[in-house]
Amino acid sequence: MSEPPLSTLSGWGRHSAEGREHLGENLERLSAEANLSRGLGRSYGDSSLPAPDLPDVLNTTLGDRILRFDEGSGLFRAESGFSLSELNRLLMARGYFTPVSPGTKFVTLGGMVAADVHGKNQHKDGNFGHHVTSLKMRVADGRVVECSQEQHPDLFRATIGGMGLTGHVLEVEFGLRRIPSQWIWQESRRIHDIDEFQDALEEAAPEWPYTMGWIDGLARGKHMGRGILMTGRWAEPSEAPRQRPKKRFRPRLRFDWPEWILNGLTIRIFNELYYRKQWRLRSSGVVSHESFYYPLDAIRSWNRMYGRRGFTQYQCVLPREAGRGSARRVLEVLTKHGGASFLCVIKDFGRESRGVLSFPRPGITLALDIAVRDDTQTLVDALNEQVLQEGGRIYLAKDSFTRREHFEAMEGARLEEFRAIRDRWDPRRRFRSAQSVRLLGD
Amino acid sequence: MRVAFLGATKGMGRALARLMAERGDSICLLGRRLDDLERSATDLEVRGAAGTVPCVSCDLEQPEGFVRAIDEARDALGGLDAVVVTAGLFATQEELESDPQLAERLARVDFASTLVFCEAAKKALLEEGGGTLCVFSSVAGERGRKPVIIYGAAKAGLTRYLEGLDHKHRADGLRVVTVKPGFVKTSMTAGLEPPPFAGEPDDVARRVLRAIDRGSPVVYAPAPWRFIMAVIRALPRAVMRRVQF
Repeated sequence: MSEPPLSTLSGWGRHSAEGREHLGENLERLSAEANLSRGLGRSYGDSSLPAPDLPDVLNTTLGDRILRFDEGSGLFRAESGFSLSELNRLLMARGYFTPVSPGTKFVTLGGMVAADVHGKNQHKDGNFGHHVTSLKMRVADGRVVECSQEQHPDLFRATIGGMGLTGHVLEVEFGLRRIPSQWIWQESRRIHDIDEFQDALEEAAPEWPYTMGWIDGLARGKHMGRGILMTGRWAEPSEAPRQRPKKRFRPRLRFDWPEWILNGLTIRIFNELYYRKQWRLRSSGVVSHESFYYPLDAIRSWNRMYGRRGFTQYQCVLPREAGRGSARRVLEVLTKHGGASFLCVIKDFGRESRGVLSFPRPGITLALDIAVRDDTQTLVDALNEQVLQEGGRIYLAKDSFTRREHFEAMEGARLEEFRAIRDRWDPRRRFRSAQSVRLLGD
Repeated sequence: MRVAFLGATKGMGRALARLMAERGDSICLLGRRLDDLERSATDLEVRGAAGTVPCVSCDLEQPEGFVRAIDEARDALGGLDAVVVTAGLFATQEELESDPQLAERLARVDFASTLVFCEAAKKALLEEGGGTLCVFSSVAGERGRKPVIIYGAAKAGLTRYLEGLDHKHRADGLRVVTVKPGFVKTSMTAGLEPPPFAGEPDDVARRVLRAIDRGSPVVYAPAPWRFIMAVIRALPRAVMRRVQF
């Protein structure tokens, strides 16, 4: 087998690094040589990019076979390159859905474990990792082991949300949910400022399985944090249209947009229109699961909108203890730095994570899409300092700008535990990524 | 449709077998490694293949086992409507030039062994009163070309054999479908620089399945390769000597 050539690998935010991508069906064989696994490349920052001195990454996307599906219990097992879009395509019509879905379906099971992804139901159902029952892994000493709550629980907990730094995830087993239809009963509500948002999310949490909010990131003063709260639940067959949702036409962005297209003014116009769309205080209706869960999947390569330099998503969680007003203080930092966030999302978290380094914890999360410009580093630094003061932390799957000292200050004891587990399983640090070099000092 | 499939675990074969499973065909998997076949079998069962997907061990490098393997497949499926062969070896011209044993092995497997397997499949299908034999050859067999001299020669031999088979037996109800894939992005071609018009296995699989259903004798996939190869076939030798493809 010939060695693959060096090529440029990049994350969804267009951050890139040179690497050798090993592609093949046999993940067990290929994982023996590689230092990091990579799936569909939808993590925004540098978590799926190789460390500078270890270019060999395993692309898992051809390892995508279903290995088990129990219709009664919903227990499902597949190779780690199996994608959520394939799962939806095959099993939704039969009434099954993933217990936790991120905002895109173009992710692999391996990536969902590594980032311990969360979705609109985090406040009720937690992260994807809460539903994983077992993982098959290639670990640093060359063994292939099965891990779970009972078997090698330390490896299991560190791998969930461990950004691929504990070894190669080869197979993932988890429980699917039954759903009554492929449609969502959605209710949306206009929100006038950020504090109202925080309250509204908390009020909606016990009532609705799915909640999230869109924020106009440019509104200031008394309108700061205005937006739309979206809540939903699966529609019962009696409420839903008889037919399946239609397959959508999915246009593709064919070129990188010039940087001037997304500026303060165009984003302001877009946000104003989007906010005005919700002209009624409340509205409700049945929508397809695709438009509810994956609105951005409607446009292929939408990341090209941010131009050649790409973008970063700044996502943080502010713990409950930080209280009402924490989200306002973070948005104020964004505003003060003149940061124009094109897409701004807010959501409450209700469940503590299972993974040692997983991101979610009870509190409120903000996700800000920011085009990379000359001052992005300064902006991220300022946001991180505010998040530190609130006692919060950031989401590694989105990050490419955080400094090591900020990360260490946020993670403290959790990072110590993660290091201790890595010392046991990978003392020589065979598994590293560009991100682990940057943030963990590997 | 009851299909015996040699090479369904990888690449275009995997994609084609999945399409067949999703429309509810009965599939029997033939291949070298039973444990790997079993994994693909489960995958196909969940995707909708009719009943359980039986697995039969069959090594393309051991022709003495072909008749037994096809008989076992036929028994397991309770008859046979189609046989699909996507298995084969691939190596770059450089690798083949530097390793004569590899060259001999590739020529034997991709031509002689595949031919012997098709003979066994042909016999079984004719006994069933006809059916479809679908075999993956390659556009590499269309013309003697610098980057694929040895691989292309083996595939050229295979293509001619399949053509003859189709001519002889179509009247008996045996339809031979020769698939000529151009460059397709699979694990087989991983690490090679994809040329323009490189295809995805799923697109190839859809075209091939249509050809199987219609009994088209020759199918190029992805579609533009039909025209590309028409041009290449028409080029004079003097030109072929100069170009690098």
